[in-house]
Amino acid sequence: MRSIGKYLSSSWRALFGDPVRAFGVVSVFLLLILAIAPAKEHFSQWHSYQRKYLALIRDRGDAVSLRRRMQPGIHQIWLPELGVVDRCTTCHLGLKEASLSDVTQQPFRKHPVIPHPVDGFGCVICHGGQGPATTVAEAHHSERAGEEPILPMRYIESGCGQCHQNALTGTPQLNLGRTMLTRYGCVHCHAITRPDGSKIEATDHPPSLAHIADKTTREWLFSWLKDPQAYAASTTMPNFKLNDADASDISAYLVSSSTPHAGDRVASATKPVTAADPAAGPTLYGESFCASCHAVQNAAGNLVGGDVGPELTRIGNKAKPEWLAAWLQNPRVYDATTPMPHYRFTPQQIATLVDFLQAKSDSDYGSGVHLNGATPQQIAHGRKRIVELGCAACHEINGVQKPENFAPELSTIGSKPLAQIVFLPGMEHSLSSYISAKIRQPRAFGSSVKMPQFTLTASQTDALTTALLAQTARSRSMPDSLRVAVVPQTNYQPAGHAGKLITELACFSCHQFNGRGGDMAPDLSWEGSSVQRPWLIAFLHNPNTLRPSLIRRMPRFNLSDSDNTELTDYILSVYQSPAIDADLAPTTTTPDAVEHGRQLFYSKYACQACHIVDTKTDKGYIGPTLAQVGSRLTPAWTYAWLKNPQALRPGVAMPNQNMSDDDAHALTAFLMSLKTPGGRGAKQ
Amino acid sequence: MMTRSTAKFRIRASAAEVLFSLAMLAGCKHQAPANAAPKATAQGTALVESSGGHQVGVTGTVLKDPVVVQVNDDQGNAVIGALVEFHCPAGVSFDPSAVLTDSSGQATTAVTLGDTSGRYQIDAVTPGKTKTLSLVIVETALDYQERVGAIIADKNCSRCHDPESSPQRVSNYDNLEVKPHQFTDGNTLNKMSDADLTSIILHGGPALNRSALMPPYGNTLSSTDVKALIAYTRAVSDPPYQPPGTVYERK
Repeated sequence: MRSIGKYLSSSWRALFGDPVRAFGVVSVFLLLILAIAPAKEHFSQWHSYQRKYLALIRDRGDAVSLRRRMQPGIHQIWLPELGVVDRCTTCHLGLKEASLSDVTQQPFRKHPVIPHPVDGFGCVICHGGQGPATTVAEAHHSERAGEEPILPMRYIESGCGQCHQNALTGTPQLNLGRTMLTRYGCVHCHAITRPDGSKIEATDHPPSLAHIADKTTREWLFSWLKDPQAYAASTTMPNFKLNDADASDISAYLVSSSTPHAGDRVASATKPVTAADPAAGPTLYGESFCASCHAVQNAAGNLVGGDVGPELTRIGNKAKPEWLAAWLQNPRVYDATTPMPHYRFTPQQIATLVDFLQAKSDSDYGSGVHLNGATPQQIAHGRKRIVELGCAACHEINGVQKPENFAPELSTIGSKPLAQIVFLPGMEHSLSSYISAKIRQPRAFGSSVKMPQFTLTASQTDALTTALLAQTARSRSMPDSLRVAVVPQTNYQPAGHAGKLITELACFSCHQFNGRGGDMAPDLSWEGSSVQRPWLIAFLHNPNTLRPSLIRRMPRFNLSDSDNTELTDYILSVYQSPAIDADLAPTTTTPDAVEHGRQLFYSKYACQACHIVDTKTDKGYIGPTLAQVGSRLTPAWTYAWLKNPQALRPGVAMPNQNMSDDDAHALTAFLMSLKTPGGRGAKQ
Repeated sequence: MMTRSTAKFRIRASAAEVLFSLAMLAGCKHQAPANAAPKATAQGTALVESSGGHQVGVTGTVLKDPVVVQVNDDQGNAVIGALVEFHCPAGVSFDPSAVLTDSSGQATTAVTLGDTSGRYQIDAVTPGKTKTLSLVIVETALDYQERVGAIIADKNCSRCHDPESSPQRVSNYDNLEVKPHQFTDGNTLNKMSDADLTSIILHGGPALNRSALMPPYGNTLSSTDVKALIAYTRAVSDPPYQPPGTVYERK
């Protein structure tokens, strides 16, 4: 004890005994303290990266210019209106250096080419993470309150979706995710609004269950509720993981609450005539192009057909024959808003199709289901489960009201703070992993979770996660000028008897008119300027194939002559393009002009690469066959089309060849001379 | 679980004069299987690729089809229960990274590509009866611009330039008198400069004294589109494209 005291007092004397020496010692001490700050900076992480960058560029051919552009110190991108304070470029020094495209070492890699400059939007807007941080751990991996680790690359398109509410070419994953939000019924339960306040509306068509007992049996409902994908692999109906009692009681309630529908009995009076020819069914199914909308599983287990209507692989297990007959006679009687056209089948055709569809059944499906009559208590329990599970959020059900805001709103799910999330054990603590896990297996988050199990592929889950991550708070707070709005469908409705026909034939399911409709078939907003009357009448009677390479085709409707004429005249008079003036149509049809056009067609413009004029020699398979184009298209349309196809139909595959007026006139003359196959268009 | 593995990662671009491939030593994250690697119950004598090679995906995403390799014995029969491990360059991850072959002798893994565009060499390794067997599988990752090019090519070009038909698209390749070059045809396209390709896209085949069956797209595609298209053809080119490096004088 004493020796320590002695040692202390002797060292005190040694350092501070003499005032001059004491001054020296204090100065050195002060100097050391003052040196801490610059030393800390010198040994900081970002500084070491800047030194490494300088070492990296030192031996490159363009070292001088690279070094000139490299600013030492902390860099910052500050965009107050976006809430961006990004210091990422302090270490990510090569982002804008095109010549560093061969460098793969991070943080010096060149940023891949994107449509926006890095300075204009900063980094965290797309990549997430903490912009103001200057260490890797804080910037990339922070999980503290209000912070979020960096977004995995697989969801990067969510960044685009914050400003771009419209579908972009470069973001297929985001576009798919947004389509899925509307197609898989997400927005029936979860309200999602866009930053401009418009609501994302569902585009699927969950059937009304008000008359379900007319359509199917309780046994089928039971099997369906237990496992929808077992009936139709492609259905968007999720699996609610019901136990047998619940499924039985719910099916009992649905059947007991179902009211008979007048239209379904009218048809059952029409006694189905048994079809004689066994091939008649497949032929009629094929001719009617049912497969354009409905899929059927083939022997190899692959789905063949479109996804507009429900899969029909086991339709015979589900639909009662009399209901099917009534539906085929006029689907709009049972469901006024169905996308299915009213085909106007003859009773014989209906019988043929009913037989054909009824044969599409699987004898094993639901064979083990035997349900006893339900007691009132069971029916009441079924109703209780329906209310609890929110079935009425999608389906119309008698005696159950559509619930409002059944599930949490997801408008700003992309900014949900980590502190509000209960992660499962072993899960990565990030919003993206939470969302994707919730989509993949909602019930893993607890037995009280009502969200059902969806059957999605890995890429669909990623797409949906991307679309949800785009719903950020920032997308709402940013200036309106930065947002690119979605172009909503119009509520265009054609008028009169022809308008009624267009609705009945469900033309909008495939074609677009004046901004409303599907995208399976050409936009017909200007069809009236395009085609000739006799052709359109004949086409509506019996649509032949214009484009040989198309798999989905226009079905044939049994329109009466008067309906056909009325529809044709309506299309020709109403759907006129203001850009096309029939009076200015080129009139030169001299043999010389035709011959000149023919030569242009085959040599200068080589149109035979994509189009067929002479069915014997030409093979082009992309555009429509032009063998009879002279009796199909109007000269004015043909001329305008040749001059600029995209102006008439945006996005069409035919390239704009920048044709001179003379060439376009000659080609029009040639094309208009092609009235019959093998006519003057034949090569000489 | 972090394992360290050596992996060759061939990059597309090259610096000044030499074509080089960069060997880098990098830690790569496997999608950590909580339990240890499964125990092999058999060994084979040959490792072959079944499917999933030569795919073109997008950086940071899961490849559309899983990679499937098969272990065979010396009679060419499938070996069940052999351990196959997948090794990756930095950034690529597998689910799972080590798997036993199934009843048809196949080992399947889902591949998530790395964040850098370019070609990735994936090594599948199995301890064989006599020696360790390995197999290299190559996948391509596209960045944003290259993928935009792929989308534009799919819409405008592939119907003629790709001889394969798909359920969505019937190929027009066989109908053409002069056969177009496939975008993967590196032997031809690598010899053409960006300027040549731009000019043939903008002005059609006759611009370079080639067939008029190739129409001009100068009024249909934007210059951004054309750049993206060229970037895409360069990315999928086989053999890989090497851009001409800038030549600097060194003193």
